[in-house]
Amino acid sequence: MKPGHGEVLLTEGDRRVREDEERLVAEFRRQLDEGMWAAVPTENPGSGRREAEMVRDYSEIPPEAERVIFFPRAAGG
Amino acid sequence: MLLALLVLALMAAILAAPLAARTIARRRAESSKRRRIPRAAPISYDPGRERRAEQRARELLRSCVNDEEWGMYRDLGFIRVAGRHRPAGRRSTDARGTEGRGTGAVPDPNAVPDPEATGSVARTGEPPYAYLVYPHKPILAYVPATAQLLSEYCVEFPDISGSGATRLPASDDVLAKWMALTSDENRVIGRANMHLVGRQLDPARVRRDLWRLSEWERRRGTQDSIRIRRA
Repeated sequence: MKPGHGEVLLTEGDRRVREDEERLVAEFRRQLDEGMWAAVPTENPGSGRREAEMVRDYSEIPPEAERVIFFPRAAGG
Repeated sequence: MLLALLVLALMAAILAAPLAARTIARRRAESSKRRRIPRAAPISYDPGRERRAEQRARELLRSCVNDEEWGMYRDLGFIRVAGRHRPAGRRSTDARGTEGRGTGAVPDPNAVPDPEATGSVARTGEPPYAYLVYPHKPILAYVPATAQLLSEYCVEFPDISGSGATRLPASDDVLAKWMALTSDENRVIGRANMHLVGRQLDPARVRRDLWRLSEWERRRGTQDSIRIRRA
């Protein structure tokens, strides 16, 4: 998410492909270094309810996740 | 004769020097102004760009939230998110996300008035408190069973990349709050500034929104939808 742009595709790739994963890890770290929060939209397999899961490290991304959304950190308004 | 011509040329050059200097300075200033314009352009407000950004943000929001929540946002302009904390004995054991820096603290489920004690009917499975998430407005905590307004949490997601614009599109702001609340309620509420209801949100308008929400649910026949969410 980016002010004035909305959704911006940063990078994409197959986590099972080494070169792709290196690129995904690098972009993930870059976003967190810039102060962004990362969340993965998830769906409860039992109830079907959708929620989000905050991830702080690339290894925390669920294997079935199709996307990671980066957004600015919350601050008191 | 030659000497006279040289003197004449020298005098003409001296007289013309100030005029030439002014012309050069003016051209330099104009050139500098032209160079500055492209750098200023990104921070200028472009209604078309903002509209396209909002359209993309709505699509992203729609792809992430539940159908009921999307319908709520589309029809009413806000989303309700159930509070995660349970009264003592049923409190979540998830201890992540306690790095709060603001004055906010999640509503205490034990301090929420007992609906039975207040004369209202307790509905099984209903969360003790919930949030209303508005775009670019504070998050509002309330008691679904009694419609009692608890507090407002002022929180924003400012861009720190320095690209000029600082506010997310409205739907992105809602999605950011939704993701933060459903994933790590403690962290986002901990960073928020907590106030009594009425500082930024008009209590009368919020109560009207709660009435609109109940009517919206009644029309959709989803009175029990909030129970499903907590199942």
